[in-house]
Amino acid sequence: MFKSGLAARAAAGVTAALISGAAWAEEARSQYNLPVGATEISREVYWLHNFVLIIMCVIAVLVFGAMFYSIIAHRRSKHPKPADFHESTTVEIIWTIIPFFVLIGLAIPAAGTLIRMEDTRDAELTVKVTGFQWGWKYEYVGHDYEFVSMLAADSNKARQLDSGIDPRSVPNYLWEVTNPLVLPVGQKVRFLITAQDVIHAWWVFDLAVKKDAIPGYINEAWTKIDAPGTFRGVCAELCGRDHGFMPIVVKALPETEFKTWLAQKKGVDVASLGKAPPVAEATPVATTTSTAPAPTEAVAAAVEVAAATPVAAAPAKALTKDELMASGKKVYGTQCAACHQLTGLGMPPNFPSLVGSKIATGPAAAHIAHTLKGKGLMPPFASLSDLDIAGALSYQRNSWGNKASVVQPSEVAAARK
Amino acid sequence: MATAHAHDEHDHSHDHHHGPDKGIMRWIKTTNHKDLGTLYLCFSFTMFFIGGLMSLVIRAELFQPGLQFVDPEFFNSMTTLHALVMIFGGVMPGFVGLANWMVPMMIGAGDLALPRVNNWGFWILPFAFALLLSTLFMEGGAPAGGWTMYPPLVLQTGNAFPLLIFAIHLMGISSITGAINVVVTILNMRTPGMTLLKMPLFVWTWLITAYLLIATMPVLAGAVTMLLTDKYFDTSFFTASGGGDPVMFQHIFWFFGHPEVYILILPAFGIVSTIIPTFARKQLFGYDSMVYATASIGFLSFIVWAHHMFTVGMPLAGELFFMFSTMLIAVPTGVKVFNWVATMWKGSMTFETPMLFALAFVFLFTVGGFSGLMLAITPVDFQYHDTYFVVAHFHYVLVPGAVFSILAAVYYWVPKWTGVMYSEFWGKVHFWLSAIFINVTFFPQHFLGLAGMQRRVPDYNVMFSDFNMLSTVGAFVFMAAQFIFIGNMLYCMFGKRGQVPNRVWEGAQGLEWTVPSPAPYHTFEDPPFLTDSETTVHWDEADETLTGVRR
Repeated sequence: MFKSGLAARAAAGVTAALISGAAWAEEARSQYNLPVGATEISREVYWLHNFVLIIMCVIAVLVFGAMFYSIIAHRRSKHPKPADFHESTTVEIIWTIIPFFVLIGLAIPAAGTLIRMEDTRDAELTVKVTGFQWGWKYEYVGHDYEFVSMLAADSNKARQLDSGIDPRSVPNYLWEVTNPLVLPVGQKVRFLITAQDVIHAWWVFDLAVKKDAIPGYINEAWTKIDAPGTFRGVCAELCGRDHGFMPIVVKALPETEFKTWLAQKKGVDVASLGKAPPVAEATPVATTTSTAPAPTEAVAAAVEVAAATPVAAAPAKALTKDELMASGKKVYGTQCAACHQLTGLGMPPNFPSLVGSKIATGPAAAHIAHTLKGKGLMPPFASLSDLDIAGALSYQRNSWGNKASVVQPSEVAAARK
Repeated sequence: MATAHAHDEHDHSHDHHHGPDKGIMRWIKTTNHKDLGTLYLCFSFTMFFIGGLMSLVIRAELFQPGLQFVDPEFFNSMTTLHALVMIFGGVMPGFVGLANWMVPMMIGAGDLALPRVNNWGFWILPFAFALLLSTLFMEGGAPAGGWTMYPPLVLQTGNAFPLLIFAIHLMGISSITGAINVVVTILNMRTPGMTLLKMPLFVWTWLITAYLLIATMPVLAGAVTMLLTDKYFDTSFFTASGGGDPVMFQHIFWFFGHPEVYILILPAFGIVSTIIPTFARKQLFGYDSMVYATASIGFLSFIVWAHHMFTVGMPLAGELFFMFSTMLIAVPTGVKVFNWVATMWKGSMTFETPMLFALAFVFLFTVGGFSGLMLAITPVDFQYHDTYFVVAHFHYVLVPGAVFSILAAVYYWVPKWTGVMYSEFWGKVHFWLSAIFINVTFFPQHFLGLAGMQRRVPDYNVMFSDFNMLSTVGAFVFMAAQFIFIGNMLYCMFGKRGQVPNRVWEGAQGLEWTVPSPAPYHTFEDPPFLTDSETTVHWDEADETLTGVRR
C-alpha cells in the first residue's frame, strides 16, 4: 500500500512536472523533478534535463526491452539449443557509431547553455557572497552595504538533537534565514563567491546557480530573475558539522522597491552610526529590544520596505545586566551557538568551550576585540550591532557558571574606533 | 638456519606437495594464493558488514527530519568512514580476493608470481583498518571531512588526522603490491598457448585494473602526504593564505579518484562477462571488442577527472573538454552492455543465483550509467552536483554494480573453492530480497536529489520525508538479507565436501573447471597445454575436457 501509493505519486509528479512546467512558486515545487526555476537559464537547464532524461528513457526501453525479451524467449525451456554466433563486426561497428551521434545531439544544446551560463559580462549589480562556518555574508559591491545571513532561530532551535520540536511545525524548516539576500527583478546580478574558512557552495535551486565558495578564490556566477518571489537554497559542499544548517534565501523585489530598500538599509545604518563608516546592519532579529518584532516578523519586515522597521540605534545609556542578558541570550542563540553550542561547551578542539575560558572570563576589552576581529576559524562579527555584541558577550560572561563584568554597547563602540 | 634447512629436507623427503600448516599460523604465514584469496574475501565481507552498519546509522538518522540519534559531527564521520571502509576495505579487497583465487587458476599458473609479497599485501590491511577505525574512539572524533578529504576542511580533523593519512598510505601500499603481483603473474605465467587474446575476460579486466591501480595509488599517496605536511610541517600546498591552492588538491585527488571508480567496476565487467556466457550456454559475444572497450575505458578514465568538480569554477574551455571526454565513456560502456545482451540473445538461459546477480548487474549498472551520462552534461550537473541524485548514481554503479558482481562471483565459484554447492533456494531468496530492496533504498534518492536535497546532511526539510523514510526501510531490509548470504557461505565452508563435479556449471568454460572441486591446495604445478586456436579457452563437448591437454 505504502509503496504503491508513493509510486503512483511519483509517476503523477513526474508527469505533472514534465507537462506543466509553468509555475515556479514555492508551493508548486516538485518532489520528483528539478525545479523549473525563475530565470531563463534555469528554464533552459530544466529543459535540457528533461531532454536528456527522455533520451535515456528511450535507450533504456530499447536495451532493456531486448534484454528482457531475450530472458523470456531464450530461456532453456523455450529455446533449448543455443545459437553459436559470437561476433559480427558490422553490428559492433553500428552500435559503436550510433551512440556517437546520440552524444553529439546531447552535447550541442548542452554546450550552448553552458556558454550562456558562464557569460558574466554586463552585470548591473554585483553581490559578493562569502561563505563561512556556518552562514553567508552578502556585500552589495559599490553600495557599502553588507550583512550576515544564518539559519533562522526557530529552525535552529528545532534542529538540535532531541529538541522535542516537530520539524513539521516549523515553517520552511531549515530553509529560512535570519536575513535573506534581497535582489532586484529583471537586472543581471553578478555574484562574486568566496569563503573565509573552508570550501562551501552557494546553491539556489530556482536560479540554477551553484558555485563553490573557496578560500583564496573568487568565483563568478550570475542570474537575472524574472519576477518577484522567494527562492531558497543551501550550502552544497560539505563544510563541517553544520553543513546542513546554512541555508540561503533570496527575495526578489521589483527594481524600484529594491532601490528603496537598499537606500533605506544604508540610510538607517549611516544615521545610527554617525560619521563612522557604514557598518552592516547584520541582524534585525538580533537588534530587537523587547518592543521589537519577533524574529520571523523581523525577517519579513526587512524586505517589506513599506513597513520598514525603525531599527534600534545603539542606546547611549548604560543597560542593566538583566537587559543585556535577555537580549544577549537571543543573539547568542542565533550567532554563537552553532559553534560554541547552547551549553557553551563548544566542540573541542575546533570550537573551544566558553565555560570558564580565559577569554570569556577575562578582561572585557580582549573579549570584544576577539569578537570584532575573529580568530582562527572564528569569523569576525563586526557586522553585528554594538548592542548585539554587548548582549552576547555579557551573556557569555555570566552564564554556565562564568562570572565576569557585563559589556556595555558603548564599550563595543569604543573598541571599533 | 641449519635446523630450518634440515626441517626443509625432512619435509621434502616425505611429501613434496605438502599441505597447509595447521591452526592459526596457516593463515598468518600462508603464501598460497587460495588461502590469501580466502583471507581477502573474509576481510572484505567483514568490512562490508562494518561499513553496512555505518550506513544504517546514517539511514536511521535520516529516517525522519530532525535530529534523533547522533550529533551532526558524528554523522559526518559515519559518511566519511562508510565510504572509506566500503571502497578500500570492501570492494577492493573483494576483487583482489577473487583475483587471488581465480587469476592463477584461469591462466594455468601454480600461484601468483610473488607469493610472499601477496602475504604482506594482505596482512597490511587489518592494520590499516585498525588505525582508521580506532579514530572513532579518539578525542575530536573520527575524520568527518568526507572520504574525498578536501582541504581546508580535512585539516580541521582532530587527533584522528595522522591516523587517517597513514591508514590511507597502508591501503595504498597493499593495493599496489596486489596490482604488481597480478600484472607480473598475468604477463609471465600464462600457460603455453594462452596468448593475451585468449585470456578469460576476468583476467583481462584485472590486468587493466592493476595498471590503473599502479598508476593512481601513488598519486593519492602524494596528495595525502601533502595534507600531512600542510597540517604538521607548515607547508602550504593547499592553504590559500600561505600561497597554496585548495583546488589543486581536488585535481590531484580526482586524478586518482576517477580511475579508482573504474578500478571498482572493471573486474565486475570481467565477472559478468564470465557468468553470462556460462548460463546462456553461448560464447561471449564480441570478445575482442570487449577487451578493446575495457582498454578504452581505462584510458578515458585518466582524462575525465574534473567532471567531479564542475562547480569549482573552471575556465569554460575546461568545462567543455571534461564534459565531452566524459560523454565519450558512454561509447565503450555501451558496447559492453550491447555485447552482454547479444550474448544472451538466442542463448539457452537458465537462472541460477550467479546468473540472477549478473543480470541484475547489467540492468542496474546500466541505470547507474544513464544517470552518469546525465551528470556528464555540465550545465545540468550544476543542479545535480552534491545532491542525492549523485548519491543515487554512484550507489547504483557500486552496489548493484560492483557488490552484486562480487556476490555473483562468489556464488559462481564457491562450489569450486569448497567443493560444496550452496543452497540454490536460499541463494534465490537472497537475490530477490537484495535486488528489490536495493532499489527501494536508492531509487527514491534520485527524486530527493532532483527536488533539491543536498548530500552529506543529517537533517532535511520536511518535504523530503517520505522518500527518506522509504530509503531507510530499504536499507535495513537489504542489510538483513545479507545474513542469508553469510549463512549460505558458512554452509559451503563447513558442509560435506566432494559432492560437486569438476565442471560445476554445464556451460562453464575455462581452466579452473579442469581441476577437482574443491580445488586442491596446489593446482597447475605443471602448466596445462592449450592447442585450441579459438579466441578463448573452449570446452570440448565430446570428451568433457578442455580442448588442450596436460603436457
